[in-house]
Amino acid sequence: MIALDHVTKRYGNTAALDDVSLTLGDVGVTALLGPNGAGKSTLFSVVGRLVQADAGTVTIDGRDVAETPSSDLARTLAVLRQDNHIAARLTVHDLVEFGRFPHSKGRLTVEDRDHIERALDYLDLEPLRDRFLDELSGGQRQRAFVAMILAQDTRYVLLDEPLNNLDLRHMTEIMRLIRQLADEWGKTVIVVLHDINFAARYADRIVALRDGRVVADADVSGFMRPDVLADIYDSPVEVHQIDGKPVALYYE
Amino acid sequence: MTDTALTRTDAPTRTRPRRAWVGALIGVALVVLAVASLFIGVSDVTPASLIAGDADAAFLLVASRVPRTVAVILAGASLAIAGLIMQMMVRNKFVEPSTTGVTEFATLGMLVTIVLWPGMAVVGKMGVATAFGLVGTWVFLRVIRAVPVRQLVLVPLVGVMLGGIVGAVTTFFAYRLDLLQSLGQWSQGSFATVMQGRYEFVWFAAAMVVVAWIAADRFSVIGLGEEFATNLGLNYRRVMAIGTCVIAVITASVLVTAGMIPFLGLVVPNIVSLMVGDNVRRSIPWVAGLGAVFVLACDIIARTVRFPYEIPLSVIVGVIGAGLFLWLLLRKGSRAH
Ligand SMILES: Nc1ncnc2c1ncn2[C@@H]1O[C@H](COP(=O)(O)OP(=O)(O)O)[C@@H](O)[C@H]1O
Ligand SMILES: [Mg+2]
Repeated sequence: MIALDHVTKRYGNTAALDDVSLTLGDVGVTALLGPNGAGKSTLFSVVGRLVQADAGTVTIDGRDVAETPSSDLARTLAVLRQDNHIAARLTVHDLVEFGRFPHSKGRLTVEDRDHIERALDYLDLEPLRDRFLDELSGGQRQRAFVAMILAQDTRYVLLDEPLNNLDLRHMTEIMRLIRQLADEWGKTVIVVLHDINFAARYADRIVALRDGRVVADADVSGFMRPDVLADIYDSPVEVHQIDGKPVALYYE
Repeated sequence: MTDTALTRTDAPTRTRPRRAWVGALIGVALVVLAVASLFIGVSDVTPASLIAGDADAAFLLVASRVPRTVAVILAGASLAIAGLIMQMMVRNKFVEPSTTGVTEFATLGMLVTIVLWPGMAVVGKMGVATAFGLVGTWVFLRVIRAVPVRQLVLVPLVGVMLGGIVGAVTTFFAYRLDLLQSLGQWSQGSFATVMQGRYEFVWFAAAMVVVAWIAADRFSVIGLGEEFATNLGLNYRRVMAIGTCVIAVITASVLVTAGMIPFLGLVVPNIVSLMVGDNVRRSIPWVAGLGAVFVLACDIIARTVRFPYEIPLSVIVGVIGAGLFLWLLLRKGSRAH
């Protein structure tokens, strides 16, 4: 479990996280929603020990993030950030190999190689393994990053807007993969999404943030209600049942 | 010579055999140039005279030619690696110790020792120069934090300005204290005065190469940026500190041995990056090898162009290095534009 206990993080006068208490990781896939600037990325930064909270504590499986050795956490928790810019000329295989660093410290065992191959295979990167990252399309690069996180083989996987830069087909593919990670690999995934309907289709639980606070936290049926959605986004949202599944219409 | 191998990045599977080729070429060049370096000079030392048991020739070889060749190889390899490590740390391909103020700080350190402790042993001078180099690296890393990583050209520009300021301060005091001549010696790299008992400090640089080699994977991960490094459980600050030491010691030990050798740390890692990429574990032998070959070749040119006189090595390195660097910048597909 990832537990945030009264966590506050301020940047100047704005509270990116405002006294947030939240437990994540009880279900396979949790979607994190909310408008831009809601504090989603900041939440990931605090959980991923990239920034220190001004107040409150974060624990992962009962261990305080601030006091646990970073190298231990790296075997429990993997975070893929929102904007990833890598200047170094690395191949897809290099990148995925670095995902094993928490386990291998650079000396790859047979097991490490196994994880690398599986991750490459799983994301269809086999044909691209020797390509440099700067020779890939945005979607291919995103898949390489996800493969790296997969190779890290952690119980908790945090993905910040992994659908950025992806076309519809790849969006669906990544979401399906996230579902599989939870169902077949037994991982606990927390993923920041912008599309309510993707969240409703693939997540087990949806948490919405706004102005640094949790404003909704429910399973899909509890979340996909016009009153809840209108509250979060400040604009009317209709919810229809299509093939027995709730679909939000917010294009009006 | 290997132009096609350098620019072909679109067919990585096909560059593999070429890579092996270029690697072998670097190895052969290293051996050939090293042997040549042993036998080039004003006094005659030839394989024949050695075999004939010429004592003078043997003495010259041991006291001067071998130290010089070893110093050139170690300085070339280590400076290139200092550039590589710095580029990973800053995540920018256009930095190296001499374009970021590090070398200028170390030079200032040398001046300070001459003024304050004129009788100091060379090892002490090197220690002070290293300390100044550490400060210089730290200052640069500090200043650069204010510049977004994606501002590729701004980062080295800030470094050059930093170096300019420190260099101006150094020159001012050297001028006031009548030490411009010493300053000129350091700022013009040359291995002409290298001999037994006067070059051993480059072994400190060699030790740093070993450190960089051992920590190669950590420097690769650092090159992914602080966020990736933290996610992978790396102690970002510690690795940055190790890198800072590596850079400072290499810069200072080459400076006391031979003086300033510009561009090397810039050109060599960039060429290697084009060939094999930036995975440090993979690229480090290439960078070391090519760095050594490059300086060996330049040193031999410096010794032979106006034979029997020598011209400063830094002039040759500067001309060739600047040319190569311009080519790297203007090359199609360069990310500088
Ligand atoms: N490094 C930072 N410096 C200053 N303000 C920041 C920084 N990171 C985030 N913020 C601010 O914190 C708030 C939350 O940002 P963020 O967590 O990135 O939101 P989200 O990911 O939900 O779009 C925003 O108001 C943003 O401007
Ligand atoms: Mg965000």
